[in-house]
Amino acid sequence: MDDPAAPPPHHHHQLSAPCPFPSLPPGAMASSEEDGTVEEKENNNKKRTKSALVTAWLTFYNIAMTAGWLVLAITMMRFYIQKGTHKGLYRSIARTLKFFQTFALVEVGHCAVGIVRTSVIVTGVQVCSRIFMVWFITSSIRQIQNEGSVILFLVVWTMTELTRYSYYTFKLLHHLPFFIKWARYNFFIILYPLGVVGELFTIYAALPFVRRSGMYSMRLPNKYNVSFDYYYCLIIVMLSYIPLFPQLYLHMLRQRRRVLHGEVIVEKDD
Amino acid sequence: MDALALEATGSKKATAVAVTAPIPSQAPAKRKPAKKAKKAVVFFEVEILDAKTKDKLCFLDKVEPNATIGEIKSMFHKSHPQWYPARQSIRLDPKGKSLKDEDVLQQLPVGTTATFYFRDLGAQISWVTVFLTEYTGPLVIYLLFYFRVPFIYTPKYDFTTSKHWVVHLACMCHSFHYVKRLLETLFVHRFSHGTMPLRNIFKNCTYYWGFAAWMAYYINHPLYTPPIYGEQQIRLALIVFLFCQIGNFSIHIALRNLRPPGSKTRKIPYPTKNPFTWIFLLVSCPNYTYELGSWLGFTLMTQCLPVAFFTLVGFIQMTVWAKGKHRSYLKEFRDYPPLRSPILPFVL
Repeated sequence: MDDPAAPPPHHHHQLSAPCPFPSLPPGAMASSEEDGTVEEKENNNKKRTKSALVTAWLTFYNIAMTAGWLVLAITMMRFYIQKGTHKGLYRSIARTLKFFQTFALVEVGHCAVGIVRTSVIVTGVQVCSRIFMVWFITSSIRQIQNEGSVILFLVVWTMTELTRYSYYTFKLLHHLPFFIKWARYNFFIILYPLGVVGELFTIYAALPFVRRSGMYSMRLPNKYNVSFDYYYCLIIVMLSYIPLFPQLYLHMLRQRRRVLHGEVIVEKDD
Repeated sequence: MDALALEATGSKKATAVAVTAPIPSQAPAKRKPAKKAKKAVVFFEVEILDAKTKDKLCFLDKVEPNATIGEIKSMFHKSHPQWYPARQSIRLDPKGKSLKDEDVLQQLPVGTTATFYFRDLGAQISWVTVFLTEYTGPLVIYLLFYFRVPFIYTPKYDFTTSKHWVVHLACMCHSFHYVKRLLETLFVHRFSHGTMPLRNIFKNCTYYWGFAAWMAYYINHPLYTPPIYGEQQIRLALIVFLFCQIGNFSIHIALRNLRPPGSKTRKIPYPTKNPFTWIFLLVSCPNYTYELGSWLGFTLMTQCLPVAFFTLVGFIQMTVWAKGKHRSYLKEFRDYPPLRSPILPFVL
């Protein structure tokens, strides 16, 4: 499942004190305070160093991912310009794509540990759906790699991830250009449906090849007394887009209204 | 899934055994003596506001100082009949914890005009109803597959029976397990909570019924493969299964006997004369331990991957519940035996 403008904007508000890097030496304010607060100050210092490390890691991560998707974007453009066709394009970027898309699993860890304030499940579902597309559809079913729908979702993903990761990077560096913010909350309006179309068409194209080869499937009888039909599994996956896509899309529209237009939405208690 | 799971799910007043006494019906008996007392009674005024919108929903005057929250809920229900007491959450603070039905008005930190906040918990359904529904499903569904009712397998197998005797044994064990659960729900368990949110019944039934169908499909399939190690494996599995079923039942009885009906004392469960309860020395929630054991036995007996999967998912859920229960035991009792683990001795 594609999700161009994924987790909510309050990613980083929780992270840093106004100044992530300690600017005052630890003992600077001791003169007017009692001894008992020395420990408290030490704890605060530990927290500040921890928060500084966390910010540093997240900044590094987001810069690295922006760079990775930039490399993908440029490679794809160069291929198309040089060859004039999209045939063979997937093969040429497959390894880079696998690397960077799989590395995004780290984001689930961020949520689990709490340094990013998003639901683990939401991030998990998003990353897993991407990994599913890359590893279990396009990379494993060669015959569909030259489909136009593959290029479609690749382009969508690239644009989405570039906007998303650069948005996070700039946010962490406290230097967010309005354009990036605007892009992150507006591009998805077109990109998300386009991405879904690309993914669905790709899975649909893969169906006959899955059926014929019987890949990832297991039949009875066997000693585990279980069976699995990848063909029907894919059909269920396609059907699951129907309930999931509108929910995610509406969620992002709500986010957009809140961030860009500062609309006050009555807080819902969960 | 063991019935006592309900203690750990979302219940802040988790207790092993309790009886939900209908408090409002006791109130009149309490009220009459109070009215007859010659002492001046200071009546309270209660106003109930909506926790979200802060609208004034209800104003009760002349409320007895020893009125309980349960009684106030009944009074509120009279003015708003769509909100029966079970779906009312009354709290002192809009974002605070829900007050208990047994809390007495004058013992709460309120002035003579008490302000409470109300939150609608949504449609409620009784625990007993949910349990009966979610356990009857697997019982019936498994049997449908066992008897190979039409439209499940190829028509030539309709209404035939499997040629493997382990399949018959598995059916007996599975059915026994769910019949035991149904009977326990009706006669053994004492539920401290009357109701749960309505949507839970859909969630729970999907889980139980779905898994039951998935398991039953393969075990009763014409192409079923019996366990590799044959009779030895099946015999061992049956012993494990029966041992854990008896153990699980013993724990349920022990927990039921922990508190006589009507009292609200919470006690630490201890081993009794029944050897199956001696596991209390090592584990806080041995009912879950035995439940896990039963399903491991069933997995071994059927050698079926969906069963293993069901066991795993159940184990994860029960561990979460056991840890919660263990934590609340530790919080409540200073002298809680330190040797005990939540669900697996020494390990988890």
